[in-house]
Amino acid sequence: MGSLPDIFSTLMQGLKVTLLVLVLSIICSTIIALVAGLSRVSTNRLVTGVTGFYVEIFRGTSLIVQLFWFSYALPGLFNIHLGSDIWVAVLAISLNYGAYMSEIVRGSIQAVPAGQTEASIALNLSKFQRMRHIIIPQAVRMMLPEYGNYLIQILKATSLVSLIGLTDLLYYGNIYRSTHLSDSPTVYLLLLVMYFVIALPLIAFTKKMESMSKKGVALG
Amino acid sequence: MDEPIVKYKDVHKSFGDIEVLKGIDLDIQPAEKVALIGPSGSGKTTIIRMLMTLEEPTMGVIDVGGRNLWQMEKKGEWVRADDSHLHSIRGDIGMVFQHFNLFPHMTILENCMLAPVLVKNESKKEVKATSVEMLEKVGLGDKIDLYPAQLSGGQKQRVAMARALMMRPKVMLFDEVTSALDPELVGEVLEVIRDLAKEGEMAMILVTHEMDFALDIADRVVFLNDGVIEEEGHPEDILVNPKSERLQDFLSRFTVNR
Repeated sequence: MGSLPDIFSTLMQGLKVTLLVLVLSIICSTIIALVAGLSRVSTNRLVTGVTGFYVEIFRGTSLIVQLFWFSYALPGLFNIHLGSDIWVAVLAISLNYGAYMSEIVRGSIQAVPAGQTEASIALNLSKFQRMRHIIIPQAVRMMLPEYGNYLIQILKATSLVSLIGLTDLLYYGNIYRSTHLSDSPTVYLLLLVMYFVIALPLIAFTKKMESMSKKGVALG
Repeated sequence: MDEPIVKYKDVHKSFGDIEVLKGIDLDIQPAEKVALIGPSGSGKTTIIRMLMTLEEPTMGVIDVGGRNLWQMEKKGEWVRADDSHLHSIRGDIGMVFQHFNLFPHMTILENCMLAPVLVKNESKKEVKATSVEMLEKVGLGDKIDLYPAQLSGGQKQRVAMARALMMRPKVMLFDEVTSALDPELVGEVLEVIRDLAKEGEMAMILVTHEMDFALDIADRVVFLNDGVIEEEGHPEDILVNPKSERLQDFLSRFTVNR
């Protein structure tokens, strides 16, 4: 029979991997989302076509299968090794969530009223200046609340990485449970609490973004 | 007469299958004030939007200061204007919109300063001083740090005018600038335009439904109907003694006080 501190200290060994995958995935998926989102509003057909294909493929298939694909299929089929398991996990999560989040980027950019572009043309701003100073700042205000939501989802998605052998929170939970079957309820209750505690700052961030985004956005 | 600053030569514009402008010939002299009137859907706004490079003509030529706006010469051939060609001419034109289109994420001072700093590379310090001056001129000197959402419609439109003036255009376009305003706010906006008109040197094209105002400040009134210029001339002739039946019919919907 294990005690609560025992269980806790076992789980804590997985915290580092969970946080590492979370932070790296947030950074990478944000970059991917920005690049893909901007590409989708490009006037170049090839660019929009290629990014459109990427987005639909990664939105349309399951993250677990993508994880397995990167981890087992790519090395087996093409002898492509993507580096350590951590990077495989980060890449799969980032490509998957980057695809979803690029849709918010695209949607927000397109939601900036046409009059804003017209006014900046009338002031003779260049295409780049229009994007940089007028469209993007307003689009970012619109996309922030939903962006926060996706960060929380990324956290929850990190729990899948134990399936490709990464030693995260859930991995240690399962290890502990396999040797202390009667402690299952405690282990999983503790896991729920720990994930929730990690999510708290992300939830707070989302709330803050919601109130911020209400300021300084064109109404119609 | 001087060389016209703007010249429309047989300009056509279609949206899909609908031909909105069916051959417009119109010259604007430097410093001339021209009012465009006509029923909605007659193509008034499209005329000035093409000059602001917001719409491309389907056919015909628009010259600005003697340069072809929508076509450029490349290896001896006339081709469609690219961004840098449009950019090089657009600086002569300014526009005030019906719905203001202020930048909501910037204070009204920043709204005014943005383009001179970015486009003309003028020093921030000088631009700030002129922006404050310009905002004082339109009666908003005490509001420079507010955001557009904190202003009334009339105040927003006055900021939009100050912002456009900061670029010192040779031709200023006004697209129904009082149509979105509550009636009690129309006067303050017209007052600013009237002052600008008196200053003189800038040409102005006003798309408007304010007939008294057109009569008061315009050098010439152009009546547009169904995509063609039906009648044009001195404001008195057009607004007080209209010849064509269509213009008489159109004006009967307004009361012109004279």
